[in-house]
Amino acid sequence: MEFFHVKKDIPFMSYGKLTTTISLVTFIIAVAALALRGLNLGVDFTGGTVMEVNYAQTADLGTIRNVLAGEGMNDASVQNFGTSRDVLIRLPLRQGVSSAQLSEKVMELLKSKDSSATQRRVEFVGPQVGEELYENGGLALIVVGLGIMAYLALRFEWRFAVAAIIANMHDVVIILGMFALFQWEFSLTVLAGVLAVLGYSVNESVVVFDRVRENFRKMRKASVAEVIDNAITRTMSRTVITHFCTQLAVLAMFFFGGEPLHYFAVALTIGILFGIYSSVLVASPIAMWLGISHENLAPVEKEGAELEDQMR
Amino acid sequence: MINRYPLWKNLLIVAIIALGLVYALPNIFGADPAVQISAERGNKVDAALRDRVVQTLDAAHFAYKAYSLADDKLQVRFSDTDTQLKAFEAIREQLGDGFVVAQNLAPATPSWLSQLNAKPMYLGLDLRGGVHLLLEVDMSAVEKQAAERYEGDLRSHLQQEKVRYSSISAKESLVEMKFRDVAERDKAQEVIHSYNRSLVLTPTDSADGFMLTAAPGEQEMRDLRSFAVKQNITTLRNRVNASGVAEPVIQQQGDNRIVVQLPGVQDAADVQRLLGATATLEYHMVDEAHSVEDALAGRVPPMSRIYYQRDGRPVLLQKQIIVKGDQIIDAASGMDQQSGGPMVSVTLDNEGAMRMLDNTKKNVHKLMAVVYIENRPETHVVDGKTEHVTRRVEEVISVAKIQGVFGKNFQTTGLDSPQEARTLALLLRAGALAAPMEIVEVRTVGPSLGKENIAKGFHSNIYGFVAIAIFMMIYYRVFGIFSVLSLAVNAILMVAVLSLMQATLTLPGMAGIALTIGMAIDANVLINERIREELRVGNTPHAAIHAGYERAFGTIMDSNVTTLIAGFALFWLGSGPVRGFAVVLCIGILTSMFSAVVVSRGIVNLVYGRKARIARLSI
Repeated sequence: MEFFHVKKDIPFMSYGKLTTTISLVTFIIAVAALALRGLNLGVDFTGGTVMEVNYAQTADLGTIRNVLAGEGMNDASVQNFGTSRDVLIRLPLRQGVSSAQLSEKVMELLKSKDSSATQRRVEFVGPQVGEELYENGGLALIVVGLGIMAYLALRFEWRFAVAAIIANMHDVVIILGMFALFQWEFSLTVLAGVLAVLGYSVNESVVVFDRVRENFRKMRKASVAEVIDNAITRTMSRTVITHFCTQLAVLAMFFFGGEPLHYFAVALTIGILFGIYSSVLVASPIAMWLGISHENLAPVEKEGAELEDQMR
Repeated sequence: MINRYPLWKNLLIVAIIALGLVYALPNIFGADPAVQISAERGNKVDAALRDRVVQTLDAAHFAYKAYSLADDKLQVRFSDTDTQLKAFEAIREQLGDGFVVAQNLAPATPSWLSQLNAKPMYLGLDLRGGVHLLLEVDMSAVEKQAAERYEGDLRSHLQQEKVRYSSISAKESLVEMKFRDVAERDKAQEVIHSYNRSLVLTPTDSADGFMLTAAPGEQEMRDLRSFAVKQNITTLRNRVNASGVAEPVIQQQGDNRIVVQLPGVQDAADVQRLLGATATLEYHMVDEAHSVEDALAGRVPPMSRIYYQRDGRPVLLQKQIIVKGDQIIDAASGMDQQSGGPMVSVTLDNEGAMRMLDNTKKNVHKLMAVVYIENRPETHVVDGKTEHVTRRVEEVISVAKIQGVFGKNFQTTGLDSPQEARTLALLLRAGALAAPMEIVEVRTVGPSLGKENIAKGFHSNIYGFVAIAIFMMIYYRVFGIFSVLSLAVNAILMVAVLSLMQATLTLPGMAGIALTIGMAIDANVLINERIREELRVGNTPHAAIHAGYERAFGTIMDSNVTTLIAGFALFWLGSGPVRGFAVVLCIGILTSMFSAVVVSRGIVNLVYGRKARIARLSI
C-alpha cells in the first residue's frame, strides 16, 4: 500500500507567500491569546492546594461550593474531574494555614454533607516552589532551543539551525497560544509534553534538511527552490506516516490515559500537527531566504562524497 | 550484493534480546501486599518470632501466600490489601513495642529471576499511592540560633576579660555590641579574635556609641546550614523508620530542602504531625546508690526513675537534669587520641558548661547518662473516633563514667564502633538543635487512584502499540512485520534497561514509553521509505535494502540527537514525575536506535540473506 506516489515534485516553495501568511496569522493569534488571556497555570506553577474527591453518587457541585463558602473559602474553585462523581477542588494559597489543616478541614466539611466523599489526591505546592518550577520550565525551553541549534549548526549549517529553531519555536508558541485561548490547564506534565514536541518536531526539519543537503550534491544544476521542493516531496511520505504513527500512540493516551494525561496528549497533538506544517512550510522557506546554497552545503572539497555519488 | 550478518553478530543480537527479556520479565509479575516486621531495641527477628506471627495469623484465619525471613526482616505476603490491613493490625497488636510492623508491596518476582538480580521497575508514588512531601529548612532560623549562641559566649568572654560594654544583643544572623569608647572596642576586638578567629568583626561609629558586629564567617555559615539539613534528615529518618513505613525515601534536594516520600501512607496530615515532632536530650546522673533490680521490683527511690537503654536494659537514673539538649552547641564524632577508640566530643553553651562543671566536680568516677526524648504524635482510633495524642518516648543512648572535671568541652569515649560514635553525635546534635522546617509541597495519591493510573498508563501503551502495529503491517506488508518486531524488541529493551537502572516509573513516565514507541517507529519508516525509493529508481532488492539502511542511518542519528537534547534538559531542570518522563525518553531513544537499525536489519538479513537473488520485496 502506498499513499504518496507523486511523480512530479510539488512546488512547495512557490506557496511561500501563502504559508507565511498562514503562519503569521496563527502566530499573531497565539501571541495575542497569550498576552490577553494568559496561560491557565496549574497548581504546579501558581502554588495552592488541589484536592480530588470521589463520591458514591453524582456530586452536587453547588452544595460543595456553598459548604466551602460557608467556611470562608469563597475563592475555592469546584468542578467535575473526568466523571460526574469526581470533583476537583482548587484552593489558593492562604497565609498561616498549613496545607494539611486545610485539606483536613475541607474533607471534614464534605464528609459532614455526604459521608461517601473520599479523598483521592491532594496536592499542595508552596509559592516559591511554584515560582521555581515556572522559572525552570522557561529555562528548560531556552536550553533545549539553544542545544538543538548548536547541534544543527554543527551538523549542517547555521542557516538551517536558525530556520529549524524558528519553525519549532513557532510550534511551541502556537501550543501555548492554544492553551491560553481555550484556557486549558497548563501543568508540569503539559510542559514536559511541549519540550518533547520541541525535540521531536525538529526531527522533521532534520529529515528535510538531510535530503536538501543530499540533493545539493546530486542536483548540481537545479535551483535552490527546486532542490528544496524535491527534498520535501521525497520525504513527504515518511513525514506523514511517521507522524500518523506517533499520533496513534498519542490518541491511545488521549482516550485511555484518562484525565491526568488528557492535556499532555492535547499538547502533543497540536505539536505533531503543527510540527508537520512548520518544518515543511516554515523551516524550508526561512532556510531559503537565509541563503542556503550549493556552496555552503555541498562544498566541492568533499571529493570522497562526490565520487561516491557519481558512482551510483 | 547479499545482505547477511556474520554469525557472531546474529548471536549478539539474540543474546541482547534474551537478556532484555529476562530483565523485563519481573515487571509482569506485579507485587503482593505484604506486612514486614523488623526489630527495634535489641529484639531479634528469628524463627521463634516467625512462628509467633504465623500462629497469630492462623488463629485469626488470615490467609497468607508466603512468608520469608531474611536480613533480620520477616515478610508475610497476602493476596489482597484487605487481609493485609487486618493482618497488619493483628500482628502489631500481638508484637507490641519493640518491633516495627509495616505494610508494603513486595515484588512477586520468581526466585530464579531475583537470583539473576532481575527486579521490576520501582513504581512512583502516583502509581502506588502514598505521600510526597517537600520540606524546606528555615535557614534564617539557623542563622539566628547561631547568633544567639555566640551572644552568650561573647558576653561571658568579654566579662571574663573585663571588657566593658554598654550592650550586647543578637540581631538576626549577627551579634551587635555597643561600647562607650574606642579603646574598649579595640580591646573587645582583640578578645573576640583570640577566642574565635573565624568570626567576622565589623566596627561602625554611630551617634549613640561605638558599635561592633560579629558574624560567623562564610565557611562556618555554610557548615551550619549543611549541618542543619543533615540533622533534620537524620531526625526525619529516625521518626519515619519508627513509624513503620516501608521503603521510605528521605533525601536532600538542593541546598536547603528535603524530600520525603512515603509509599502506601494515606493521611498526609498524620505524616505532617509526625514530622513536626520535637526531640531533646537530657544528661542525668546514674543512681548508683540503689540497685536496678530493687527498683524493678517496685521499690523505686523517690529521687530516681527507671529508664531503658536502646537494647532494652533498664538503668536507674536520678531525676535531676544536669544539662538539657538546647544547651549543647555541637557534637562531633572522632578518634580518641589516647585510647585510639571512637569518641564523641561535645560542646556546651556557657550555662550548660557551668552546671556541668559543678556536677563533675562532685561526681568524678561516677556514671552519667544521656537520655534522648522524643515527643511522638500518634493517632489512635477509640470508639470510632480518631484521637491525636503525643507519646513521650525516652531512651538512654549512652552511659559513661566521668573521668575528670570538665565544663564546656568534653568527650564521651568507650563507644563500641565509629558507627556508634557517629550515631550518638548525630543524636546529640539532632536533640540539640533541630532547625524549623516548612512544608512547601505535598502530593498525596490514594491507592485506588494509583491502581487506576497504572491501568491508564498500561492501556495507553497497549492500544497505541496495537494501532501502530496494524497500520505498519498493512502499509509496509512484510517489512511492516519486521518494523513491528523491532518495535517490540525496543519496548522490551526499554523496560529491561529501566528495570536494571531501578528507575522510578511514574504516570508521565508511562506516557513517555507510549510516546517513545510512537516516535521510535520513525526510524523504521525512514528505512522502509528509503528502500521503496531505491527500488523505484530501479535498484535490485538486495542493493535497495543495503542502501536503504545505510542512507537512513545518518538521518536517524540526527533526528534522535535533537530529541535526546530535549530529554537531557528535561532531566536537568525537571522535578519528580517530569524527571521520570525524561529518563524514559532518553532510554527509549537509545534502545530505539539499536532496535531499528541493528535488530530490524538482522531480521531482514535472516529472511532475505539466504538467497542470492530475490525477485521482489514485499514492501
